[in-house]
Amino acid sequence: MRRIKFLLKKEFKQIFRNKAMLPLIFVMPVIQLLILVNAATFEIKNIDVAVLDQDHSQTSKAIVNKLLSTGYYRIVENVANLKDGQLLMDQNKIDLLLQFPSKFESDLQRDNKAVIMLDVSAIDGSAASIIYYYTNSIIFDFNTSLVQKWHNLPTNLSLPIKVENRYWFNEELDYKNYITPGLVVILVTMIGMFLSSMNIVREKEMGTIEQLNVTPITKSQFIISKLTPFWIIGMFEMAFGLGVGKLIFDFPILGSVPLLFAFSAIYLVVILSMGLIISTITNTQQQAMLISWFLLVIFILMSGLFTAVENMPEWAQKITAFNPVTYFMQLIRMVLLKGSEFKHVVHHFVIMSVMAVVSVVLALVTYRKRA
Amino acid sequence: MKELIVFIKKEFKHIFRDSRTLLILFGMPIAQVFLFGYAITNEVRDAQITVWDQSNDVMSKKLISKILATDYFKLASVSENYDDITNGFRSGDHMLALVIPPKFAERFSNKDANIQLLLDASDPNMANILSNYASGIIANFMRQELNYNQPNQIITEVRMTYNPELKGVFLFVPGVITVILMIVSTLLTSIALTREKEMGTMEILLVSPLKPGIIVIGKVLPYLLLSLFNAMVILVLGFTVFEMPMLGNYLFLLMELILFIVAALSIGIFISTKTDSQQVAMMISLFALMLPTILLSGFIFPIDSMPMALQVLSNVLPAKFFIIIVKGIMLKGVGIEVLWPETLAIIGFILVFTVASIKNFNIRLA
Repeated sequence: MRRIKFLLKKEFKQIFRNKAMLPLIFVMPVIQLLILVNAATFEIKNIDVAVLDQDHSQTSKAIVNKLLSTGYYRIVENVANLKDGQLLMDQNKIDLLLQFPSKFESDLQRDNKAVIMLDVSAIDGSAASIIYYYTNSIIFDFNTSLVQKWHNLPTNLSLPIKVENRYWFNEELDYKNYITPGLVVILVTMIGMFLSSMNIVREKEMGTIEQLNVTPITKSQFIISKLTPFWIIGMFEMAFGLGVGKLIFDFPILGSVPLLFAFSAIYLVVILSMGLIISTITNTQQQAMLISWFLLVIFILMSGLFTAVENMPEWAQKITAFNPVTYFMQLIRMVLLKGSEFKHVVHHFVIMSVMAVVSVVLALVTYRKRA
Repeated sequence: MKELIVFIKKEFKHIFRDSRTLLILFGMPIAQVFLFGYAITNEVRDAQITVWDQSNDVMSKKLISKILATDYFKLASVSENYDDITNGFRSGDHMLALVIPPKFAERFSNKDANIQLLLDASDPNMANILSNYASGIIANFMRQELNYNQPNQIITEVRMTYNPELKGVFLFVPGVITVILMIVSTLLTSIALTREKEMGTMEILLVSPLKPGIIVIGKVLPYLLLSLFNAMVILVLGFTVFEMPMLGNYLFLLMELILFIVAALSIGIFISTKTDSQQVAMMISLFALMLPTILLSGFIFPIDSMPMALQVLSNVLPAKFFIIIVKGIMLKGVGIEVLWPETLAIIGFILVFTVASIKNFNIRLA
């Protein structure tokens, strides 16, 4: 016990005397959180449009006005021909080119059918399909009210089914509520993984590991003293990130906070042991960093931070079953946003505990008291 | 000149004898391209839903089977009250609940049927998409049942320019190239330089007759070549596996690649003039550069949707401009006549960081 105490003192001294690291550990994540939460949104707010109106009729103008009245569309330019429109799209100035062919209005009246051409810039495929569906639904609404006007139908032509949408847990569909807890998980994971994976290998590079190896410290004492400081920093980082996030973005906290911290306590053991394993099997800090970066990128991308795990193909979902970040990502959102209780997340706790045991054992086995 | 070649040889030895680093350097882009190409997607597939059918008549069954017939939804469970639904949401068993009122068929003919779509909006994105899909299917169902035929129809014809099949990988390949180049160029050079400081070998280099300029050039040139090679690997994967088009000029793309790599290298050199330890260099490169590069550059999230302040801030990232350039060349087939502002911006970055590094470069160590 005394040995561990001394070792812990040593580790903390090493962490805190590095003045350049401290702001990186404690300030950077907060700044990141503030900036990135605002950046991370798939919402489409401004759709830049060019209009190619070859009809110049009342109807075509009314449709353009209807689009503008939603507040989502901005007319960049009225173009005279298709080539100009295409150029604007090439220059990234517009997302949508709206074309009304000549005789649009008269076609609509006479033939009962008229065509509007929508050219969507589709490099971002999912944004393109949202723009298309949204524009289409506005035009459809316009069409319905136009028909009612032309045929003098009662304005509230009632449909047999009324669909009522209720958005539970996040009525305003505020994306920040969703992304802030997720980013806290990412920051805690990144910092934990990097600090621990750089630790032993740094002692190797500096040669100080040999001094430790010739002492009577046992393997488990060594691993405990390496894990504990980072575990404390990680838990602090978690509380700090959540606190700052709560203060600034005010996401709801429906569930039990102790439950959340109990889980992160286990989770950090998994992440930090992985870091230590990386640290023992590598020879240079550069290697350690690259390996942990590689793992982190895959963990994070497959964690469901931005894109739901449910949308992944079957084989990818099987891989994510081994991804600790996925479980934490799910759990933090369930507990905070949905108020899930322990009985809802038993599964997560069991798996994370198994992962913790396995990774600690692996860390013990891989570390050898040899240089 | 001879000195430089010898020096570069030394650097290559450093790089190539570290086989683990090499493995990751080349494994990483491949893994990322495949992940983005296959696994990371916003397309909804088999979303788990629960149904609370209070009428259980022909009409409601018809509607339910119509909804389940699509690829979007899969029945996870049958609920019998709101508690079932809430519990399922809380344990993550389903994301959407469809509540059909009693006597659905009768109400349908009275035009008074209220259907509830309850969505787990803790993921607002998915909630939105799912509600759109479900509402669309229900609207279609109504039209079919009523045999509804509207006069004076406006039909929209859509053309998905640049990416007719809406493949996600078209968006991601330019982004992955950018991120990998930032890693290899910025991160590795800043580490390579600070490592010499940390190990004390920098002093040996500085007392040698080599000019500081040669030291720096010799240090970064190998990484330029590695970066280029990596970019090629990603491009070839994009072309062969994911059938990305290449509409523009190869030579122009190569030129822009080199420009961007030089910009990234100059940032790496700048970082290394500012710090003495590998850990700090790494943390700066990773935290201050990597996350913003991924999130603020338009790689994943559209810049146009960000708050104004962040849109302005995104201009300090060379990656933002480079992503526009790569998309422009590959997917739109445009050249310098369209992309000159972005190209100028990247040249600007090179100048700023080179000048700043020269000012900061200290021939003596503390």
